[in-house]
Parts: sequence; structure tokens; C-alpha cells
Amino acid sequence: MTALVQVEGLAKTFDVSAPWLNRVLERKPRQFVHAVDGVSFSIPKGKTLALVGESGCGKSTVARLLVGLYEPTRGTVSFDGQDTGVLKSSATQLRALRRRMQMIFQDPYASLNPRWKVLDIVGEPLREHGLFSDDAGLRAKVGELLHSVGLAAGDMEKFPHQFSGGQRQRISIARALATQPEFLVCDEPTSALDVSVQAQVLNIMKDLQREQGLTYLFISHNLAVVRHVSDQVGVMYLGRLVELADKAELFARPRHPYTRMLLAAIPDIHMSGSSRTPVQGEVPNPLNPPAGCAFHPRCPHADARCSAERPAMIDIQGVRVACHAVQEGRL
Amino acid sequence: MPAPLLQVRNLRVEFPTRRGTLLALDDISFDIAPGEVLGVVGESGAGKSLTGAAIIGLLEPPGRIAGGEILLSGQRIDNLPYEQMRAIRGRRIGAIFQDPLTSLNPLYTIGRQLTETILTHLPVSADEARQRAVRLLQETGIPAAEERLEQYPHQFSGGMRQRVVIALALAAEPELIVADEPTTALDVSIQAQIISLLKRLCREHGAAVMLVTHDMGVIAETCDRVAVMYAGRICEIGPVQEVIHHPAHPYTTGLMGSIPAMDDTRERLLQIDGAMPRLNAIPSGCAFNPRCPQVFERCRHERPELSDAHRTRAACWLHAPGAAT
Repeated sequence: MTALVQVEGLAKTFDVSAPWLNRVLERKPRQFVHAVDGVSFSIPKGKTLALVGESGCGKSTVARLLVGLYEPTRGTVSFDGQDTGVLKSSATQLRALRRRMQMIFQDPYASLNPRWKVLDIVGEPLREHGLFSDDAGLRAKVGELLHSVGLAAGDMEKFPHQFSGGQRQRISIARALATQPEFLVCDEPTSALDVSVQAQVLNIMKDLQREQGLTYLFISHNLAVVRHVSDQVGVMYLGRLVELADKAELFARPRHPYTRMLLAAIPDIHMSGSSRTPVQGEVPNPLNPPAGCAFHPRCPHADARCSAERPAMIDIQGVRVACHAVQEGRL
Repeated sequence: MPAPLLQVRNLRVEFPTRRGTLLALDDISFDIAPGEVLGVVGESGAGKSLTGAAIIGLLEPPGRIAGGEILLSGQRIDNLPYEQMRAIRGRRIGAIFQDPLTSLNPLYTIGRQLTETILTHLPVSADEARQRAVRLLQETGIPAAEERLEQYPHQFSGGMRQRVVIALALAAEPELIVADEPTTALDVSIQAQIISLLKRLCREHGAAVMLVTHDMGVIAETCDRVAVMYAGRICEIGPVQEVIHHPAHPYTTGLMGSIPAMDDTRERLLQIDGAMPRLNAIPSGCAFNPRCPQVFERCRHERPELSDAHRTRAACWLHAPGAAT
């Protein structure tokens, strides 16, 4: 199977140092956050890869790196066999690439311009890429796009404030679909929505994928949603992938202790009455991550090696996992 | 059945605005028994937080209680003067809010905030109050409680802060805790810790809980009974297992079906079309009727009241006594 998106050793470091004068006066060193640190994965055409993890694990940074909103510090992103880092030198090629990948953001209240009509919002990428020059053609296309996400064509004359949260998220899906992209990066597309509205949006996303053969990178912290939409799941912890597996495998047989913990921690309506075993501890400060395996202070299976040596991603029966305990067969 | 600790009778909350009065809560009635955990679920704008705020007497003006009554151990508390309500709040009813950073004063140490609460409500000396504060922090699982007392809220992480807020709510041994989305601002792994802590401590202290949340998973594993709210009214109330597995109201059925569960293999989620109506445009008859798949003529004109339906109580004409189904 050919991969549409291939990510190799992707890393992003943010400089969060104090201003120069403070550093000089207070003798503070420069400080860096390794938001994403050596992440590799690939997404086959027409499939969905979900990235899960708690806040601050770097999943949104990966999303922004993929669509080019951030420059990677290290590593490469290839799209359809082409290295996007190389393409960046040519503006025309970059524009052509941008047309083929789009992004849906978390907050439908912040990602739509309140002073623009829906026609302008959904039509902007069409104009920007010069796909329609005449007004009538543009209106017809926008109407068609709105229809595909379950809105009426007449809605294009309205402003975002006239819509509910779920409808706004559909407008941003329509905008993302305008240039007929092949790849959509969805950064927590439903976390700002109520459950009944979330179901509407998830159903639309699945229908569109089936009809148009879209490829998704789906970022979420909600494992039940991830299980519903994805084909493959990557679990992130403090900027690194700790486990990457097919959905069925990951949910049936989680390998990494962190994945097990996350799965055990979700409240589920069908497991009521059963008391979960909450995991101790919290996510460490990313400014000062623990040495060795970043999860070792919270891990019930950690030993001396875990606190000293960082585990590498290994392949076990098609599952990629970074854990010494799994590798040594202790788990 | 023991005498209820909290009785809410036909509660009605209004917001007078320039363009007319909005009815935010309409005819809400329920009981909470001593030591019971009642969950209140619903989507945003259903009125669940407002119900909690009305009970603890913290409705934001211009919101006001326009009708009905709230009784705590048989005593009316909805019409008490401010000072008397202040004595009950904290002492007999504790509160936990969504965002732990805004419920703690950033300028005071944790210790000062805890001892102040204890001294305000309980007849103890300053020394006893301090010992009690240490014990409370230890009970909520905060390591090095003695040193932590001297620290400020910003020195705590989100999960630790919510533990402090729980300690504060329990400080004066209240009979009822109103917890409004206590875990929504937290990560899943921390959420599990806080929910099990809240459950354990309330059981140990014998406090009843009204748990307001939009997360059905949290409700399922914490509550004894659950009330489902829609557009300012309770549409179904009953034991938590019955409401989840045998819902009687079509809205509850839709709500349960739209939640992706860990063990489900459905290709599509059940979907309720449309969205909850705004307060200024609540449909006549049953508020859910424009979205209801089983709507019939009566639903559009007459408003259903809560009545017995199979194993729960639901406000739906499908289950009204003598209704043709």
C-alpha cells in the first residue's frame, strides 16, 4: 500500500527563553521545549491515522508541522512521494501542495472570520487558488459544498454568528473541502461540541471519506471518538510516539504501559459500577522532562534501565512500541 | 426511603431582559436522599449549571428564582436573607466548580484559605483548624501536606488544585456537595483520579452529591440516579443503569446513541438532527418535538409532565398515562 503522507524523525523545538536582558541579569540559561521529538509515521491513502495523548504531548504541533504552519526543526514530511521541505523553495509548487492538504481547527468560534459571509469564508480558498474567476460559478460551487456538509445553499448569505457550534464546524469542513484536497488534518474537530452535535460531525466526516477517498490525520484526546473514526492509532507522550498500531490491535491488546493507563482511565457508559484503577501522578513539565523513558516516574513497570536509557521504537508483530519492559518481555 | 436531604419543588428561574423575560429553568422538581449521588446531564444551555447555582444561592443577577421552592432537610433555603444563606453555603452545602484556578484566591496561601473556611463555619481554635487543614489535604492525596499549606495556588498543577478545591468543599463537613463539571478542565488520566477521590471522600464523610456534567461516562460510574435535562426542563430521571440501558424519552435514547463507546462496532453513530432551541425560541408543547423521531400531534400543543415510564420517570407523551403508543 502506498503512503500518501510519510513523516520521518519529525522534531520541533520552541525557544522559550527569558528575554536577553533577564538572562544576563538573572543568569538564566536559554530554555527550549522539545514539543515534538523524533516522530515517524505514515498514512496510507484513504485511511485515518489518529493521534491521541493528553494536553501538552505535542499532538497539535504535529498537525501544524504537517500542513506547514510551523517549520520543522528536524525531520521530513513527504506528501505523495515529494519532500515538502524541498518544495518550500518554489512558491508555485508550494501553492499546488497547499491545495491538496487542508486543516480543520478545534474551535469553530475562533476559526471563522465573524465579519465575513459564509460565501466569502468557503469561497476564499477557491479564489485564492484561482479555481473560479466568475461569480456565478463560485456561488454554485459554494452552494454545492455547503450541501455536501448538510447545510442549505441559501446559508451562504449568512454570517458565522447566525449558526450554532455544530453548524460552524460544518462550515469549516466545507471550507477545507473547497479545493478538493486529498489530505485533511483535523485538530480536535469535535472537542468543542456537544455529544449529539459531535455525532453529526463525525458522521459527516466518515461519509465524506467514503465518498471522496479522503485521508485524515485526526487529533483527539477522546479515545472513544478515536476508536470510532480511525484505522490506525498513535499514542503520544511528551513529544514522542510511544505506540503506533492498528485500531483493533491497540484497543484489544495495548502494549505500552501509558496506552494501558489511558484505556483504563476512560469513563465508559457501559462499564458503569466498575471502579477503575486511576494511575498515580501527572504529566511532567515539558521544560524539564524526565531522563530515559519520559513515562518512567508514573510507570508501574519501570526499572533502572527505564530511568537511564531512552527506549527506541521497535516492531513487535506489526505494532510499533517504545518500551524497555515490552522489549525485554517483562510485560 | 429516608427523608430527602434536598427537595426541589417546581423551581423556575427567569432572566428578565430588555426583549422580554427568558425562562431558563421551568418546573424543575427532584429529591436527593442523604448520601446519594445524583447526576445531572444535558448539553450546553440545558440549564444544568443553573440548577446547581440556584441551589447554592449563587444565581448571577439578573437571574432570579421566580417560583417553586428549595428545601434542605425540610427547611426552605431559596428565600433566605443573604447572611443566613452565607452561613449555610460552605457549612451545609459545599461547592466544587469547573475551573480550579478561579475558585481559589491567587493571593492567599492554600493553608490560609482552608483554615479561614474552617474557622468561619466550625467552632474550633486556630491550631485545631490548621491540623484539620493538614488532615484534609492528606485525605485528598496531596503529598507533603504540611509544606504545601504554605504554598500559593499557582504552585499547584491542575489536578492538585482540584484536590485542594475538594478539600475546601469538604472542610466544614457539609451534607450536600454541588459539583459543577469538576473534571471537565482536566486530562483523562487526572480525571479518573479526581472522580474516584470525590466518590470515596463523599462516601466517607457521608455527603450527598449533585454532580453536574455533560460526560455520560462519568455519570455512569459515579451516580446512583441521573436526571437528563433539555431546554430548561428535566426530560427523564431515574436510576443510572435504567436511564442508560432502557431510556424512555426519545431525547435520552438519542443522547445515549450519539456517544461513541469503547466496545461498540457501529459504523455510524445515532444522530439527533438539529440543535437545542434557544431560550427565546422554545417550541410550544414538548420542547423536543421538532427534533423528535417519534413526534405526533399531541406533542406540538401540549406540554408533557414527568410521569412513570417503564423503569424511569419521563416527560413524554409516549409514556403518559392512558396515551396511545
